[in-house]
Amino acid sequence: MPAAIECRDLRKTYDGRVEAVRGLSLEIQSGECFGLLGPNGAGKTTTIEILEGLLDPTSGEVTILGHTWQKNSREVREWLGISLQETRLSEKLTVRETIELFASFYREPRSSDEVLDDLQLGEKADAMVGKLSGGQRQRLAVATALVGNPKILFLDEPTTGLDPQSRRQLWDIIRRFQLGGGTVLLTTHYMDEAERLCDRLVIVDHGQVIAGGTPSDLIDRLGGHHVVEFEASGTSRGGNAHDAWRALPGVESVRHDNGLVSLTVREPHLTIPALLDAVEDRGAQLLHLTTRQASLEDVFVNLTGRHLREE
Amino acid sequence: MSVPDPPQLPTRRNGRWSAFTHLVMVRMKELKREPEVVFWVFGFPLLLALGLGIAFRNKPADVTFIAIVNDAGAQDAMVLIGRSPQKSSIRAEVLDKPAALKGFRLGKYDLVVESDGKGGFQYLYDPARPESVLSRAEVDDALQVSAGRKNPLPTSAVISNEPGSRYIDFLIPGLIGMNLMNSGMWSIGFALVDMRQRKLLKRFVATPMRRSDFLLALASGRLVLMVAEVGLLLGFGAVVFHIRVLGSLLSILLLSSIGAVGFAGLGLLTASRAQKIESVSGLINLIMMPMWIFSGVFFSYERFPAAIQPFIKALPLTALNDALRATILEGASLTKQAGRLLVLLLWGGVSFVLALRWFRWT
Repeated sequence: MPAAIECRDLRKTYDGRVEAVRGLSLEIQSGECFGLLGPNGAGKTTTIEILEGLLDPTSGEVTILGHTWQKNSREVREWLGISLQETRLSEKLTVRETIELFASFYREPRSSDEVLDDLQLGEKADAMVGKLSGGQRQRLAVATALVGNPKILFLDEPTTGLDPQSRRQLWDIIRRFQLGGGTVLLTTHYMDEAERLCDRLVIVDHGQVIAGGTPSDLIDRLGGHHVVEFEASGTSRGGNAHDAWRALPGVESVRHDNGLVSLTVREPHLTIPALLDAVEDRGAQLLHLTTRQASLEDVFVNLTGRHLREE
Repeated sequence: MSVPDPPQLPTRRNGRWSAFTHLVMVRMKELKREPEVVFWVFGFPLLLALGLGIAFRNKPADVTFIAIVNDAGAQDAMVLIGRSPQKSSIRAEVLDKPAALKGFRLGKYDLVVESDGKGGFQYLYDPARPESVLSRAEVDDALQVSAGRKNPLPTSAVISNEPGSRYIDFLIPGLIGMNLMNSGMWSIGFALVDMRQRKLLKRFVATPMRRSDFLLALASGRLVLMVAEVGLLLGFGAVVFHIRVLGSLLSILLLSSIGAVGFAGLGLLTASRAQKIESVSGLINLIMMPMWIFSGVFFSYERFPAAIQPFIKALPLTALNDALRATILEGASLTKQAGRLLVLLLWGGVSFVLALRWFRWT
């Protein structure tokens, strides 16, 4: 059984100079929800557009369900549902007219009513696209991707700029599509989105995969599942302070960030009492202390030394 | 089965032309919902025709306005003119000399008549003003004939101001041509770049939609609108200005279609690469500007120097306007205008081929 999406050693160079994608390989199985994670400018959109057959790679190969874009592009298009980053659909058409238009492009589309219901757009069916809220527009964009009855759904930053409720609504839609047997490839720079939705993901930076696996795999690789963050007056920084924190029981790694120290730890109940003692021994005052579960954000920062949302 | 199917079963099958018909329908709906488009395509040319038609309408039967200086001979002059065969086309007023001269200077009177003190009259006229020259000849004739001159040669005249030779007759086909150019360039060029800028073109080519269907739908939308535009202007000319349409409607429609599609090709070429509305707007104006001036929309291009006439005749709008005038006003058949049609088809065809080569969907 061929992989839903497979690519090998993709490279994309713009104008002979800018290397947006530098040797990227992926294999995504049918029925999977797969995430491409990375900061802005990491090459996510270039990669997904190459996979979608909208951009030609400078080199490398892509197959979709075993077919290449060169040989079977029309056939392959029938299997894909695509939502691009910021498409502005015609504002002077109603929601239903827009869905009907996209349905007309496919050989065997789903019924528009069913898609409207599925995306909770039934009440807005006769509203002009220009009058929709951000969340409704984004759902409509996904509706135009789903109406073709696709086997694979490509979503490029589907929830960027949406309010929490709209994001959750979209997550439900994506989940339902996947439960129905569909394959999903999404890009995002939201860690929580990737953790919730993706069965597997890769972290992309500077056009390359720097880590991959299930979300929990990646977090496991951090060493600890917990993060202890604290800020102390006076002496929490400096060379020997770093070593002192690293030497505390259960600490896997130490990071300094604007006076905030964050420790990746295996067992917080061992680390925290020792930490309090150490702070007191150094004659410092604890200003602030929190503990939380480690997230993909921590994985990313650990791998690159940068935060995801930093430009 | 290698690929698991989503649970929803397809509930319909689309035919070969489903995408095309939907694209045409959507295009029509969008246009209908943009009031300003309706105005620029339909309202504006009609207003232009109405305004120019009224401003340049033929004067009612030529009447000349003259001033007679209030002196000894004034009464004689009035009597003589009143008895003359030309009395209906001369409006004479008796005034003091300063008032008469002032009126003449301002163009209110074409001629000033005053007694020469020897039983005759003297004319004050301006040889640089055609109406003044005409007025002198007419008034002199009237006075001489009334005073008893016998013409040695019998002559007669027949009035001819039939529709077909007036300014509005010249104007309406020119406006139809200009409108075909304007809406061809704007509706195709602008619409495409707008869709490219909004990434809608990219979204469309991410579906199985055939690109040829999309372009065909755009051209078809143009043709439907073309019929309405041409019909409206022509009907307006016929009803309001009594323009006589001598050519067959079929050949006018055929000619307009060739024009509309030709300019749509030019619009497509203009829009083939531009990423922003601003850049395509400038480009469209740059292309249309020479044609507004040289292609004989509002006045005959014969007035330009002979040296640039070949260049003017090679412009698509010139060919379209000449062909429209010959067809509408003279009833010339299209087969006799192969040269003009060739110019149009070449512009359209070459633009279309280049546009397809350069066109960017993304």
